[in-house]
Amino acid sequence: MQHQPSLVPPTGVTMPAAITLTVNGTARQFDGDPSMPLLWFLRDDLALHGTKYGCGISQCGACTVHVNGAPVRACQRRMQTLQGATVTTIEGLHPTGAHPLQEAWRAIDVPQCGFCQSGQIMQAATLLARNAAPTDTDIDAAMNGHICRCGTYPRIRAAIKAAAEQSK
Amino acid sequence: MSARRSLPWLRVPAPATVHATTNTRREFLKQLGTGGLLVVAGTVGVRRLEAASASLTAPDTSEAEAWEPHAYIRLDEDGTVTIICHRSEMGQGIRTTMPMIIADEMEADWTRCRVVQALGDEPKYGSQNTDGSTSIRDFLPKYREAGATVRALLEDSAAREWGVAPGDVVAQNGVVRHTASGRTITFGALVRTARTIPMPVAARVRVKTPVERRWEGKTMTSIDLVPMTTGTAVYGADVVLPGMKVAVIARPPVWGGTVVRVDDTLAKQVKGVERIVTIPASPMPGGFLPLGGVAVIASSTWAAMKGRDALRITWDHGPNATYDSAAYKQTLKQSVRQPGQAGRTNGNVAQALAGAARRVSAEYYMPHLSHAQLEPVVAVAHVANGKAEVWAPVQSPMDARKTVAGYLKLDVADVTVHVTLLGGGFGRKSKPDFVCEAALLSREVGAPVRVQWTREDDLRHSYLHSPAAHRLEAGLDASGTVVAWHHRSAYPAIGATFALDVKGAEPDELTNGASDVPWHVPDMQVEICPATAHTRIGWYRSVNAIHHGFAIGSFVDELARTAKKDPADFLLALLGPDRTVDLSTAGLVKPASNYGATWTDHPLDSARARRVVEAVVEQSGWHGPALPRGRGRGIAVHRSFLSYVAMVVEVEVLPDGTVLVPKATVAVDAGFIANPDRARAQMEGAIIMAMSNVLSSEVTFANGRVVQSNFRDYGVARMRAAPRDVRVHLVPSEGLPGGIGEPGVPPACGAIANAIFAATGVRVRELPVGRQLAGWPSRAGVSDAGQ
Repeated sequence: MQHQPSLVPPTGVTMPAAITLTVNGTARQFDGDPSMPLLWFLRDDLALHGTKYGCGISQCGACTVHVNGAPVRACQRRMQTLQGATVTTIEGLHPTGAHPLQEAWRAIDVPQCGFCQSGQIMQAATLLARNAAPTDTDIDAAMNGHICRCGTYPRIRAAIKAAAEQSK
Repeated sequence: MSARRSLPWLRVPAPATVHATTNTRREFLKQLGTGGLLVVAGTVGVRRLEAASASLTAPDTSEAEAWEPHAYIRLDEDGTVTIICHRSEMGQGIRTTMPMIIADEMEADWTRCRVVQALGDEPKYGSQNTDGSTSIRDFLPKYREAGATVRALLEDSAAREWGVAPGDVVAQNGVVRHTASGRTITFGALVRTARTIPMPVAARVRVKTPVERRWEGKTMTSIDLVPMTTGTAVYGADVVLPGMKVAVIARPPVWGGTVVRVDDTLAKQVKGVERIVTIPASPMPGGFLPLGGVAVIASSTWAAMKGRDALRITWDHGPNATYDSAAYKQTLKQSVRQPGQAGRTNGNVAQALAGAARRVSAEYYMPHLSHAQLEPVVAVAHVANGKAEVWAPVQSPMDARKTVAGYLKLDVADVTVHVTLLGGGFGRKSKPDFVCEAALLSREVGAPVRVQWTREDDLRHSYLHSPAAHRLEAGLDASGTVVAWHHRSAYPAIGATFALDVKGAEPDELTNGASDVPWHVPDMQVEICPATAHTRIGWYRSVNAIHHGFAIGSFVDELARTAKKDPADFLLALLGPDRTVDLSTAGLVKPASNYGATWTDHPLDSARARRVVEAVVEQSGWHGPALPRGRGRGIAVHRSFLSYVAMVVEVEVLPDGTVLVPKATVAVDAGFIANPDRARAQMEGAIIMAMSNVLSSEVTFANGRVVQSNFRDYGVARMRAAPRDVRVHLVPSEGLPGGIGEPGVPPACGAIANAIFAATGVRVRELPVGRQLAGWPSRAGVSDAGQ
């Protein structure tokens, strides 16, 4: 189980203060149900629809975002754990959408329906950030938590390798 | 909640760029491997779109000012060519393939083309029901003709402007050129004239010859790549209307169940929950109508989900409360041990079996499967003043429109259906039950409503793929040649979802790859046996061809092993001499459907099957060095949706029973293929979907309820098991197109099972493979594995 830091307010405070966090470089506040998953803050409150709901239990990876640089399933990460956090979604991965992975995804025409691809790209970005030349085995290990029902896995592997090559 | 709104029909895709090389994918990947990334020409940046206004009635201004010379084509005076895609995009690439055919034929400049999604309006566009792998096979001539007609119109317009003969001008990439003088005029500048002159007569409309084509049959970069890789593509749940509520519904756990009592005290205490609405159960069997249940309507998705969890509902589970899929499996197996209704009869199979040197029989079983498309079904509706407007990821917008109209007792003309991108469809989204839910709730609460299904809802209340039992028996002569073929199957029918007292599939449903097998066997009988449905049954990608492909593909391999022959050689012998067969006059019972096509246009052609088998044998290295124990190759061929697909799949089976697929080779004859890269992508995906179907996926029932809940217990193929090497060979053809989206799955199911046998000596006859292979190396009898 993931440890979730307590957000019990200091003595004398009856209402929790609003949670402040940074999303794609913009400061945001949240004062709703602290147990709400980050996914619904992004989708319903901020209208950042690139982060997808696929399973709600961390099994499909469609909601993957970066929290303080690490890949996180937004459907499981509760708002109460995000005070001061820096969140990056697919919309904020690159200012013009030209991250090497995004370019490679287009060059290889990876997406079919496209629904899982935001999560796949966000996961792959953290893989490349720590491993500049991932092997098939590295890719399989990093990406196995993501489901693509259209079956774009072979092209995802090719695109990650192409992006790694491009980033050299 | 933010008021930002995304309006799918006002979205303008980033200018599409042309990547018109004829590189094969393999060459392409080779280029990638040997150096720099081959970047698609043009700018691939994010194009942020202006947030559209919030009025539901805001007209599409481009529509108001532009001119439609054809239902699929609009022209603007500024030169923009708008192509209206009337088929739903669910990953097959139709939003690229249809426009590229039209733009190619009309000599449009691709960088000036944009694509908008059609509203549900079949009188205007023709069939929009995106299933059965029909988009190109039914519409290719219409798309070509549409483009060619508008090209001729623009040429006529230029000729009139210049006072020259139409034969003296030619359209080229967005302009019309006067051949003699070289002067040009843009399509945009011709709109004013073009809209005043008559449409060209049929004789003036000339579809391009193959050498004149610029993109058809070659390569085109998909148009939605930028939105899909930047998070801006609009799927069902991404549509936001002002004042929109979110609904999550508790549906009857058992098909046919009803609400007896609701205690919503706790649900109403959840912050953000606004209303609780009971939706009546639709009369059985329900068809496209909602299951009924209790809806929690809230200001946010999270509140609606929490509210739904807090409901306390007493159900009457109805007549299917004892449905148990393990017991039902035995029922199906008993069914195929008795004679059924014949779907094909050639000769006298009983006599031929009796006279055979050797008889071989086997039974196969495949469980219920769910589409498990990654986007759970979802719909947005706004019903006000006697009109309904919906936005939803639907495969058949016209069915959605008619069903909503019937459900709310509105005129069809008062229902508007906008189609978003589909986050996978696979047949689930051709049933608009969820759209009806949204429409009903919107009317009930007087505000726009998004009905959000959770993953659990999607798995538990789907229209599931039929479980199926098959019994096959063959007679071999002394030389190992098949002389008799007797096939029986039983599975609950899709028809049972739409009519009471349906006791099984119709004999004609066997034409989806069971009765129309291309074998050269003189005495054949294919039968369908009774099976009653106890849950909603529906189409799932490839439909009954999935289990036809698994059972037939496996059985042919078993026969080859029995005859001690190489499975590929045996398959070629079974196909026999090259011949075409019109099965409507040679064995099939009427109506002898052929996927909606005539048998004259699409006869059963054993030569096409032979060629894909030979191609896949050659390209896979089938006759190469033997593989070590634990690895094996399997082969299968299947005709479905008018296309012929052969596969060789190589598996690696780990000692713990895990099955990996390192390599797969596919050969496809689907007639003319308009967009080869998307056809390859469909085949790559078909192998992986077949891996899920064969290896992992199963929906079971206990006490009438679906046992599984989410991807934790509904297994699907993941990256680790997926092929590292996939080769897809497309047979070059100018023939009438067949399907592409579905025909890849059935042969893959057989080929995977056969590869497992080759690797381990274990013949899996009941799916999914699951844990059946755990510890296989220590089992007795595994040494007779094939290659």
